[in-house]
Amino acid sequence: MTLLYSLSGLSYHIQSWLTRLLGNTMAVLVSEMVIVGLCLIGFLVLLSFTLGYMERRVAAFMQLRLGPNRVGPKGTLQIIADTIKLLFKEGLTPTNADKFMFNLAPYIMIITTMLVTAPLAFARNFQIWDLNIGVFYVSAVSSISVIGILMAGWSSNNKYSLLGAMRSGAQIVSYELSIGLSLISIVILTGSLRISDIVMSQQNGWWIFKGHLPALIAFVIFIVASTAEINRAPFDLAEAEQELTAGFHTEYAGMKFAMFLLSEYVNLFIVSALAATLFLGGWMPFHIGSWSGFNHVMDFIPSSLWFMGKTFFVIFIIMWFRWTFPRLRVDQLLNLEWKYLLPISMLNVLLMTLVALLGWHG
Amino acid sequence: MLIEEDYITEEGDFVVNIGPQHPATHGVLHLKVWLDGETIKHIEPHIGYIHRSIEKMSESLSYRQFIYVTSRMDYLSAHINNQACALTVEKAMQIEVPQRAKVIRVLMAELNRLTSHMLWWGCTGLDLGAVSPFFFAFREREIINELMEDTCGARLTMNYMVPGGVMADLHPDFQRKVKEVIAQFKVNIHEYDQLLSDNVIFQERVKGVGYLSKEDAISFGCSGPTARGSGISCDIRKLYPYDGYENLKFDEIIEQGGDCWARYKVRIAEMHQSMSIIDQLIDNIPEGDFQAKTKAVLKLPKGEFYQRVETARGELGVFIVSEGGTTPYRIKYRSPNFSNLSALPTMAKGCKIGDLVAIMSTIDLVIPDVDR
Repeated sequence: MTLLYSLSGLSYHIQSWLTRLLGNTMAVLVSEMVIVGLCLIGFLVLLSFTLGYMERRVAAFMQLRLGPNRVGPKGTLQIIADTIKLLFKEGLTPTNADKFMFNLAPYIMIITTMLVTAPLAFARNFQIWDLNIGVFYVSAVSSISVIGILMAGWSSNNKYSLLGAMRSGAQIVSYELSIGLSLISIVILTGSLRISDIVMSQQNGWWIFKGHLPALIAFVIFIVASTAEINRAPFDLAEAEQELTAGFHTEYAGMKFAMFLLSEYVNLFIVSALAATLFLGGWMPFHIGSWSGFNHVMDFIPSSLWFMGKTFFVIFIIMWFRWTFPRLRVDQLLNLEWKYLLPISMLNVLLMTLVALLGWHG
Repeated sequence: MLIEEDYITEEGDFVVNIGPQHPATHGVLHLKVWLDGETIKHIEPHIGYIHRSIEKMSESLSYRQFIYVTSRMDYLSAHINNQACALTVEKAMQIEVPQRAKVIRVLMAELNRLTSHMLWWGCTGLDLGAVSPFFFAFREREIINELMEDTCGARLTMNYMVPGGVMADLHPDFQRKVKEVIAQFKVNIHEYDQLLSDNVIFQERVKGVGYLSKEDAISFGCSGPTARGSGISCDIRKLYPYDGYENLKFDEIIEQGGDCWARYKVRIAEMHQSMSIIDQLIDNIPEGDFQAKTKAVLKLPKGEFYQRVETARGELGVFIVSEGGTTPYRIKYRSPNFSNLSALPTMAKGCKIGDLVAIMSTIDLVIPDVDR
């Protein structure tokens, strides 16, 4: 049954057709670099449209208003209209800006976010690159985005941008530690950094249930820290509209601004997908112990739907507290990480090791 | 120019101009901020971007006309501004205002105070990064604005109070609608607490931030919730009652904290007090005239007249110097925001940029009232 929804058959046919047409080396080059790359870009753009629309509707739902409802059915085309507007806007570069760095920064942002999507398992056997250090790769590559933000803030020659970039630098560097430690606590349980291994290890129960209390703590810390990592409210100090107008992207307009926006939404998707993969079982269907009838019904739901459903659940949680909480101050933000989250997650790793040693996670 | 020389810019000082166009200043206020990293070393408010010479203009307007200009000073408490002017003229001419007009005035003023505090609450949330409170605040404010529209014909610059009473009688639906909106707001104000006041992040952001000592508040001439948050009793409605406030039961809210949290609590409690005043009056509007009989052209006797009222932001004083003609010789407004703004540099010294935004929103500045 599951084969029906698996894309491995399709990808195999494309691969063999290309091999016949172009020869082995060229086929790999074309299929992997071009087709996959283009599909990925298309998918991510479509995804950020969806997330942009979802964010507006969720915000409107929480704020006693309707949200976009004029362009297209239920306002679904509003985001496309906005994109067209951004496309036609002039991409201004300030006179005293460092032009090379100013124009490079949005590309660095977008490239890093695209790179991080590589090891994500979107469905059963559907993964772009299942490398053996998957989790480590994600946390390593996503760190590069801070360079893009610092570059944007510095080269804009604007004091608000500089302050925003400095805040963001401090924030991302410190919250990465908590993210890393909460990732490690799951890696301890699975014994592998490979994303597919992590998903397969949750066949008889998701880590958030099987990992007892430490897994729950790690999940909460991961959500909090990753919200800070992607600069979303209540940790959006790098943008902080009321304090720094727009923070590091104050001077950007048009498509360059759109790239920051795109990378923000793709980052949101990535951290939610990671949370879903590590703690909520990725594309694994929901199973309850010995209820074989129930488990069988659950298996009918395609694995890609399971993955997307879990991811969007986490995305909704992150949007939920964006529209509920006020913003933290910069010193409170760093206090939260260094005084609370980091010690807790260090202890949590020890606890998790204990759980793994005693074999309670079976 | 004296203030400019007060602070000498040192080598390595990071100077940021916040405003005149900035999301946090609620208008065209320009703050020159000297920073050390994120910590504020010194602030210099630059005002005058929206100066419309209202005081000078009033000198060529008659005593009926000059009231309309004052709606544009503190546009969030337009009724109360109008009331202050009307009271000054009545005091000078010794006009006896009918009881019904007095009650209508107090009702309108308290409704106006409610809308002003609602907007302040929404903006405080917005300034601290929570967007949703703004929409919740507008829910009831919209209904009260519609109610104003019914009776006064305008939603923001009402121009409803005239010397001798009010301009027109109440709309027939007024009592019913006011009761409805107050009953609804008594339930909904708990959402205000749930959404913002009880939030840990919000409390962390405002507690102990922007401390203004009692002595400083007095020496800067602060008034209204800003001063009452520092433990000063300064409610004009209690100290120098006008328009029948002496017959009403309400408390003057005083908090001793002196920080943003104290000022926040004062305003929230004042909303409850305003509702209690409205409750006392809404069923007891006496019958009679809504306006005393006055001449078409008002002439004030020669002399100096002063009247103060409590607006949503503090003490508004109207000082008229008359030479006996149909227009004033000189008018001076003592606006609450101007004095409250002068305390900002003291409050914000040593704070972070984020705190500056919190302080500005809890002293609830309306810039047109600063510049006039």
